[in-house]
Amino acid sequence: MIADLIESLAKIIFIFTVNLGFFAPVLGWVERKQSALIQDRIGANRADILGFTVIGLFHSLADAVKVLTKEDFIPAGANKFFHTMAPFISLVPAIAAFSVIPFGGKYTVFGHEVHLVIADLDVGILFVFALASLSTFGVVLAGWSSRSNWSLMGGLRASAQMLSYEVAMGLTIIGIIMVFGSLKLTEIGAAQENFFRWGIFLQPVGFILFLTCAIAENKRVPFDIPEAESELVAGYFTEYSGLKFVMFWMGEFLEIVTISGMVTTLFFGAWHLPFVTDQMLLDFFQFAGPNGAGILAMLVNIATFFGKVVFFIWLQMAIRWTLPRFRYDQIMRLCWKMILPISLINILVTGLVLLI
Amino acid sequence: MRDIEKDLHTEHMVINMGPSHPVTHGTVKFLVTLDGETIVDLKVEIGYLHRGFEKMCENGTWQQVIPYTDRLNYVSPLINNVGYALAVEKLIGIDVPERCKYIRVIACELSRIADHLTNVAAGGLELGAFTAFLYFVEARELVWDLIEMLSGARVTTNYVRIGGLKNDLPEGFSEKTRDVFKRVRVLWKDVDHLLTKNRVFIDRVRDVAVLPADEAIALVFTGPCLRACGVPYDVRKAQPYLVYDRMDFEVPIGDTGDNFDKYLVRMEEILQSMRIVEQAMEQLPSGPINIDMPQYRWQSKDDIGSRIDSLIFHFKTVIDGIKPPPGEVYLAVEGGNGELGFYLVSDGTGKPYKCRVRPPSFPLTAAMSRLMKGRLIADIVPTFDMINMIGGECDR
Repeated sequence: MIADLIESLAKIIFIFTVNLGFFAPVLGWVERKQSALIQDRIGANRADILGFTVIGLFHSLADAVKVLTKEDFIPAGANKFFHTMAPFISLVPAIAAFSVIPFGGKYTVFGHEVHLVIADLDVGILFVFALASLSTFGVVLAGWSSRSNWSLMGGLRASAQMLSYEVAMGLTIIGIIMVFGSLKLTEIGAAQENFFRWGIFLQPVGFILFLTCAIAENKRVPFDIPEAESELVAGYFTEYSGLKFVMFWMGEFLEIVTISGMVTTLFFGAWHLPFVTDQMLLDFFQFAGPNGAGILAMLVNIATFFGKVVFFIWLQMAIRWTLPRFRYDQIMRLCWKMILPISLINILVTGLVLLI
Repeated sequence: MRDIEKDLHTEHMVINMGPSHPVTHGTVKFLVTLDGETIVDLKVEIGYLHRGFEKMCENGTWQQVIPYTDRLNYVSPLINNVGYALAVEKLIGIDVPERCKYIRVIACELSRIADHLTNVAAGGLELGAFTAFLYFVEARELVWDLIEMLSGARVTTNYVRIGGLKNDLPEGFSEKTRDVFKRVRVLWKDVDHLLTKNRVFIDRVRDVAVLPADEAIALVFTGPCLRACGVPYDVRKAQPYLVYDRMDFEVPIGDTGDNFDKYLVRMEEILQSMRIVEQAMEQLPSGPINIDMPQYRWQSKDDIGSRIDSLIFHFKTVIDGIKPPPGEVYLAVEGGNGELGFYLVSDGTGKPYKCRVRPPSFPLTAAMSRLMKGRLIADIVPTFDMINMIGGECDR
């Protein structure tokens, strides 16, 4: 029992550290530096401690200090309770969603079986979707409670967009669920041990549709109409400042990580290296003894998983800095008239292939 | 559905876009009445950048107007300088030396390149294409380097003088121009790849703000916006001034006048302007840059020290101003946004009796309401960008 408790705590602390302590601040830096690279600029490089700038990494620290000392502004006439609640509703699901995504397989270390997932739910995929729906409330509430026309319009746009894309996103992954016959993310991950059984080969259309929907669900360029700064000033978070503003911002970044985690788990072989089975890895590390081999295999798998996650984060950022923004009606048309029918056809074709 | 709509109480939302809103650069206010996302009515309110340009001109001498014209279209100030100087020269009835004309053409076209680069860049930025924006801003900075070399300033150039220029082309200017144009062409290609065939961009701009040619003429459109509607009217071709009749360049025209056509026309004009600059550089004759009439020309320090008439007229023109004969004149040049006209009235004294500017972006801005009714609020963004209202020029 104690061992289980320690294991769970260790995993939660690990995911928290990786997500909040590493990805959220580092992604801010990556976004600045990568966009700078794309745009022939130098990027953030001025924040320093005693003359050391560490390639601009201190900017995340400076940002943290800045937002903590900023005025927490609530507009007159706004609903204070909901205005304060909204960022939390938006951020918490983004953090929680990662709990069902496996970042490694099963390992036996010191006679104790370790599952590298915080909560191995039977309905793992549905859990992620449920949490994604919850964060919609945060956005809509933020728009409504700010008592500003721009926020209201941003909130309305967000609700329409996120609800539509949730429907489409749900359908895009039916194919992958049918292929692997499970809703459990750990089982889907384990089923992709063979390189040619990776989700991307079994469901190529599903992958493209899912990635599109996921970016739309996260409201990033080219789907960032709820906050389209040239039209709606800043959309649903126009009236937010300081830490609350950053909570929306962090929620967005963490969702990038979650999306990348989901894509990796569903379509890119989860924690598996191509052409390397778990057994091969254990055999390879045999020299370190049974426990050592388990630990080393575990580390390799975690590194593989996060390596893939980082790749998809990079991909999403590259998309964000390349494309212009859609218009409101175009986004809706794309969802209901393109993605939805294609994903239905995808399900049909998958079903036929599975039957035959 | 109709029953529900009848029973459901809905109201139009009136919303103030501007004067400080991300899309209303140049400081303008749109009073937008919205039905959901659809624009029911749009009223344009201008005047936030009104400085009383025309009244200011009446209180200074004829030469003192030139720095004010820098602030009209502050993205292409050299064209304003040239336009005003040409109008005054027409009033006096003098003709500047050949070399001066060529250098003025070079200055004008460099300004036009910078103007169009800025416009297309801003258009990309506001549609979310930040990368295209920075590529063109880099190109514009390079062109501004040239302008800085030429006039000593990047934005407020104050380069042209009545009857001449502040200074001749600096040394190494043509080599620098060649280098800059090489890089600008590379960046132009990059942006062309990023935008012209980009499905998302095309969806945003195509078929938005379509305007038939006859309506565009009725609304007094000029410049790239008129040419996008399919009317090949360019002041440089229609009433050639300076040495434009000796230049080989094409006037690109569009088809439907939508925002995509306006974008394409501007992109093509950048290339055509670079061709003009290169031709002018090749044909550039040697000779003086200033007219040899000390009573009209701004004196050089050397002349003041060595010529008695220069010394006398230096004193006279600084104290009283140059004195064109009484009369009135209208002269138009092709500005970044269209026909930039100067209507000047002289009463024979050293100060303009009247200095009226015909700004190209005033009629364009006025058409916003006609273009936007019934469209979505998001369409304001590309339309207003391609209209390219410049506050300094529109509000004066």
